[in-house]
Amino acid sequence: MIPAAFDYVRPQTLEEAAMALAEAGEDAKVLAGGQSLLPLLRLRLSYPSSLVDVGRLSELHGVRDEGDHVFIGAATTHYDVVHSPVVQAECPLVAMATATVADPQVRHRGTFGGSLAHADPAGDLPAVAVALDCAFVARSASGGEREIPASEFFVDYLEPALRADEILVGVKVPKLGPGWGYHYEKFHRTAQSWAIVGVAAAVRRSNGSIEEARIGLTNMGPTPVRASAVEEALRGTPITVPVPGGGNGGPDPIRDACGEAAAGTSPPADLHAQPDYRRHLARVLTHRAVLSAARA
Amino acid sequence: MTEVGRARRRKEDARLVTGRTRWTDNIQMPGMLYVAFLRSPMAHARITRVDTSAARGRPGVVAVYSGRDFAAEQGSLPCAWPVSEDVVIPDHPPMAVSEVRYVGEAVACVVATDRYKAADALDAIEVDYEPLPAVLDMREALTEDSPKVHESGNKAFTWTFSGGDIDAAFTGAPVVVEREYVQQRLIPTAMEPRAVVASTDGETFTIYSATQIPHVLRVMLAVTTGIPEHKLRVIAPDVGGGFGSKLQVTAEEVLTLLITRRLGKPVKWTESRSEGNLTVHHGRDQIQRISVAAERDGRLRGIKVDLLADMGAYLMLVTPGVPLLGAFMYNGIYKMDAYHFACTGVFTTKMPTDAYRGAGRPEATYALERVMDELAAELGMDPMEIRRRNWIRHEEFPYTTIAGLTYDSGNYEAATDRAMTLFGYDKLRAEQADRRERRDPVQLGIGISTYTEMCGLAPSRVLGSLAYGAGGWEHANVRMLPTGKVEVVTGSSPHGQGHVTAWSQIAADALGVPFEDVSVIHGDTAIATKGMDTYGSRSLVVGGMAVLQACEKVKEKARQVAAHMLEASADDVEFDQGSFRVRGTGAAKTIQEIAFAVFAAHDLPDGFEPRLDADATFDPENFSFPHGTHLCAIEVDTETGQSRIRSYVAVDDVGKVVNPLIVEGQVHGGLAQGIAQALYEEAVYDSEGNLLTTTMADYLIPSAADLPDFVTDRTETPATSNPLGVKGVGEAGTIASTPAVVNAIVDALRPHGVHDVRMPCTPERIWRTLQSVNGGAA
Ligand SMILES: Cc1cc2nc3c(=O)[nH]c(=O)nc-3n(C[C@H](O)[C@H](O)[C@H](O)COP(=O)(O)OP(=O)(O)OC[C@H]3O[C@@H](n4cnc5c(N)ncnc54)[C@H](O)[C@@H]3O)c2cc1C
Repeated sequence: MIPAAFDYVRPQTLEEAAMALAEAGEDAKVLAGGQSLLPLLRLRLSYPSSLVDVGRLSELHGVRDEGDHVFIGAATTHYDVVHSPVVQAECPLVAMATATVADPQVRHRGTFGGSLAHADPAGDLPAVAVALDCAFVARSASGGEREIPASEFFVDYLEPALRADEILVGVKVPKLGPGWGYHYEKFHRTAQSWAIVGVAAAVRRSNGSIEEARIGLTNMGPTPVRASAVEEALRGTPITVPVPGGGNGGPDPIRDACGEAAAGTSPPADLHAQPDYRRHLARVLTHRAVLSAARA
Repeated sequence: MTEVGRARRRKEDARLVTGRTRWTDNIQMPGMLYVAFLRSPMAHARITRVDTSAARGRPGVVAVYSGRDFAAEQGSLPCAWPVSEDVVIPDHPPMAVSEVRYVGEAVACVVATDRYKAADALDAIEVDYEPLPAVLDMREALTEDSPKVHESGNKAFTWTFSGGDIDAAFTGAPVVVEREYVQQRLIPTAMEPRAVVASTDGETFTIYSATQIPHVLRVMLAVTTGIPEHKLRVIAPDVGGGFGSKLQVTAEEVLTLLITRRLGKPVKWTESRSEGNLTVHHGRDQIQRISVAAERDGRLRGIKVDLLADMGAYLMLVTPGVPLLGAFMYNGIYKMDAYHFACTGVFTTKMPTDAYRGAGRPEATYALERVMDELAAELGMDPMEIRRRNWIRHEEFPYTTIAGLTYDSGNYEAATDRAMTLFGYDKLRAEQADRRERRDPVQLGIGISTYTEMCGLAPSRVLGSLAYGAGGWEHANVRMLPTGKVEVVTGSSPHGQGHVTAWSQIAADALGVPFEDVSVIHGDTAIATKGMDTYGSRSLVVGGMAVLQACEKVKEKARQVAAHMLEASADDVEFDQGSFRVRGTGAAKTIQEIAFAVFAAHDLPDGFEPRLDADATFDPENFSFPHGTHLCAIEVDTETGQSRIRSYVAVDDVGKVVNPLIVEGQVHGGLAQGIAQALYEEAVYDSEGNLLTTTMADYLIPSAADLPDFVTDRTETPATSNPLGVKGVGEAGTIASTPAVVNAIVDALRPHGVHDVRMPCTPERIWRTLQSVNGGAA
C-alpha cells in the first residue's frame, strides 16, 4: 500500500478520541478496522490529513443486552458479532448478514460500526439496519452524545449522517420479540465479493399468514432501501408452500407482493450488473428471502 | 522403494510458509533508491510536452526522467517470435517518447529515497497529450478507414496452415456447423506482483527480477541495453507464480537497469496490484470462427478455423506466437480428413497480450470441445458418443494427426471410462431429464472435455521451423560433493512448481542417494549458467530429463572409479541402490565412498579427472501430449442466472508421475484457473480504452470457497519420447476445464434454445441470454 502521507493517533479513551478528532479538523478520518478506508487510501481516492484510530477503544467494543434492544459497540469486529450469543438469540438477522460479509480475514478486522459508518449501499449491514430501525449512537467533543435513527443515518453514497468530529459509539438494535422469522439473501459472484443485490427480511407470522414484514435492500440505490411497497403488500398474505417451478400453482400472493421490490429504487450500473438486472434480482431475491424468513 | 512416484511433501514449503523467503521486494541494499512510474491515462495520444521540473523539487526525489531522457539508450523491447514473412514488429520503447498506445504505458518516472516519496512526486509531473483515436475492436481495426495504432496499419501478421483437402471435406458434407467463440481478455494474476532490483559495482550489473526466465532475460537485456552479456548477471530469487506473465522482458526491467546505470545506485521497483492489472501482459483475447464438417453418423470430415488475435499495442516476447501454439491443436484427439487454420494478428490500443497458462492450447481446446457439443446437438447424439466415434483409438498410437504432429502415446478410452464411472454420468443424465420434465427453475447441465495438448516445449528444430528465436533444450549440472551429497544445478527456473522436490527425487533414484542428500540450485545466471527456463509445461519433460542424463553420466564416471578400486572390469560392476558391486562377488563400494575417493584423488584410473560431476543438455525429439477426460455438472438457476458447479471429475494422463502430490496441486490450480476463465475473469476496457478492472473487486478471481471439491484421478500411459515417460502437467487443468464448464452451462440451457453463452458466463450474462431466447420469460 502506498498512500499519501497522513498523521496517525491512537487515543486511549473515547473522550480523548473525540478531542483528537475535533482538533484534527475537517480532513481527519476515524480509522477502525481499516477494511474499507485503507483500500481508499491505497488507491489514493481519499487523502485524509490524519487518522484517529478507534479500533482499540474498550468503550467501543462488545455486545450488551439492554432490555428492549441490543447494543453493539461500533468497534466490535464482524467475527465477534457473528459469534455473540446475544446477537444470535436476539437479533439473528444481524448475525446472518454479518456472516456473509467478505472472508474470515476481513471479518476478523472489519468492524460493525465501520461497515455502517462507511455507508456503502453495497455493504450488507446497512440494509439490515434500516429494516430493523436501528438507532445510531454518535459522540463528539463539542456536542456530546446523540442518537440518529437508521431512516436518517444513510444520507447518500458513502455519506453517513455523522459530522466530521463525530465518532460512532455503537448501534442499538431493537428486539422484535416473538413470532419473527429472518433471512438475509445475498447474491454475489464470488464468496468474498460484495452483494450485487441483497435482501434483509424479517417476517412476523400469525395463523399461517404474514402479519408484518420488514425488508431492507442492499445495493439498489445510493443508500440502503426499505422496500415499503412490498412490506405493505405482504401484510396479511397467506404463507403457502410454493409448487416447485411455479407453473400452474394458482395464485401466489407472496410472489405478487414481492413483484414490488424494485419500486422506487435506483440501482447502480457496474461491471457485475446493469440496473434492469438488479431490479429483476431484487424481485426474485425478495421473494426467496421472504419465503425463507416466513418458514424459518 | 524408488523416490520417483512417491508423494513427497515439497522441500520448498517449510521455508515458504514460514516466511523465510527472498522475494525480490524483500531485497534491501545500502543506498537503495526506489522508482515509481507515471503511466499514460490515455489509450492513444501524442505526447506534446513532459515537464518534470516541479517533481524534481519534491522531498526525497533524486531524479525524474521522461522517455526523451532514455531515447538514445533504451532500445526496443524484444519480440523473439517473428512468426511470418509479413509480420510487423513496431518499435517498442520501454518508456514512451512521442506517442502512447495503451493506458498504463510508462511516460515518466521518479527515483526517490523511498517508495512513498517516489509515488507522491508523480503528481507533480506534467504531461500534455494530444489525443488520438483509440482502436479497440479487432474487426473495426481491420477496416480500411480505421484509425491506426501504428503507421504501418493494424494488421500484425497473417499465418495459415493446412492439412488434407479442406474443400473436399466441406463440399457436400452432410452436416456443417459453424460457430464463433470469444476468448475474453484475461489478466494473469500471480500472487507475487512483479518486482525488479538492479545494482552495479560500476562495472558489472546484477538484476534481480520476479521472472520465469532469468537466462532468456539476460540475453535479451544485453541485446536491448548494450550492457555486455558477461557483465550482466540475472537472478530470479523466490518467485511467487507467473502463469506466463513473468515470461517476458518488461519495460520496467529495462528501465530499472538503465536508471542504475545512470545513477550508480541500487534501484528497486515493485508494482502495485492495480499497476499490475494495467501493465502485466494480458492473455487470450481472440475471436474464433470454427466450422466443422461431418457425416450424419458424427464422423468428422474436416475443421476450419479463422482466428483474430488481439496483440494489443505492441508485440512482446512471444505475442504473435501464442496463436501458433494453438494452431496444431484444433483437431485435438480426433481423426479427420482435413484441417485449415488461418490467423490474423491485430493491433489495438490495449496492453499487449502474450503467453498465459496454456498459451494457444486452451483457446484451441475450447473452440474444438465447444463445437463438438454443438455438432452432437445438431445430430441429436450424446456428446460423449460423438467423441468416441472420432477419437484416435489406443491401438492406433503413435498417430500422426492431420495437423502433422505425432502423438506418441495415449489412451482416451481408459481415461474416459474412469471419468464416467467416477462422475456417475448416467445418473446425472437421469436427474437432468427429470429437472427438465418438472420445469425446475434450477436446471442441470453436463459438460465434457476430452482434451489433449502439446507441451514440453520443445524440439529446437521445430521451434526453428516456426521462426522462434531460440531453442527448446534444457541444461543440468549434477555434482557429487566429497561427503557424498549431491548438488543439482538446473536451467529450469521454478516459481512455485516444486522443481526442487521433483529433481531431488529423480537424482536420488539415479544416483542411489537419499532424497535428503540432494539440493537443487537454480535461478542465477552466475551459478546456473545455462538454461532455457520455465514455461510451456516444459520443466520436467525437458529439464528433468537433463537432470536424469547428467546423473547417468556421473554414475558412469563413478562406475569407472569403482571398477578401478575393486580391481574389476567396469562391465562387471553393477549399480544397485547406491552401491557398485562386482557381479558374483561380495565386493562393493558405495557411491559416497567413491565421491570421497575422487576428491582425494590418491588412486584414480589413469587419465581420470578428479571430479565427479557432469553436464547434460537435453533437446527433446518431440512434444509430449498429456490428455484426459474432464466432466462437469453444473446447476443453473434460470431465475437469476446464477450457476453452481456441483461436481467436477478430472481424469488426467500425464504419463509417469514423479510426485503425485505435486501433480495433484498442479491439477487443482489449473482447474481453478480454467474455471475462472469460464465463470469469473475478464479484463474490461471501456469505449475510450480505459481498463475498468484494475482491482480485485472488479477483476474477479475465485477462491477455494467458490470451487467444488475436485474429484481427480489418473491413468498412466507413459510418454515414449523420453526415458522418464513423463508428459508435463502445468497447464493441462487450465486447458481442459474451461470448455467442460461452458459445455455444462450450455447443456443445462439447451432446451431453452441456448447455443452459447459468452465467457465469462456471469449470472447477468446467463440471465440476458435466457431473456433473449425466451423473449423475456425466463
Ligand atoms: C476484500 C473485502 C471484501 C469485503 N466484502 C464485504 C462484503 O461482502 N460485505 C460488506 O458489507 N462489507 C465488505 N467489506 C467491507 C468490510 O465489511 C469492512 O469491514 C467495513 O466496510 C468497514 O469496517 P472497518 O472497521 O474496517 O472500517 P474502516 O475501514 O476503518 O472505516 C470505514 C469508514 O468508516 C469510518 N468509521 C469507522 N469506524 C467509525 C466510527 N466508530 N465512527 C465514525 N466513523 C467510523 C471511517 O472513517 C471510514 O470512513 C469488504 C472488505 C474487504 C477488504
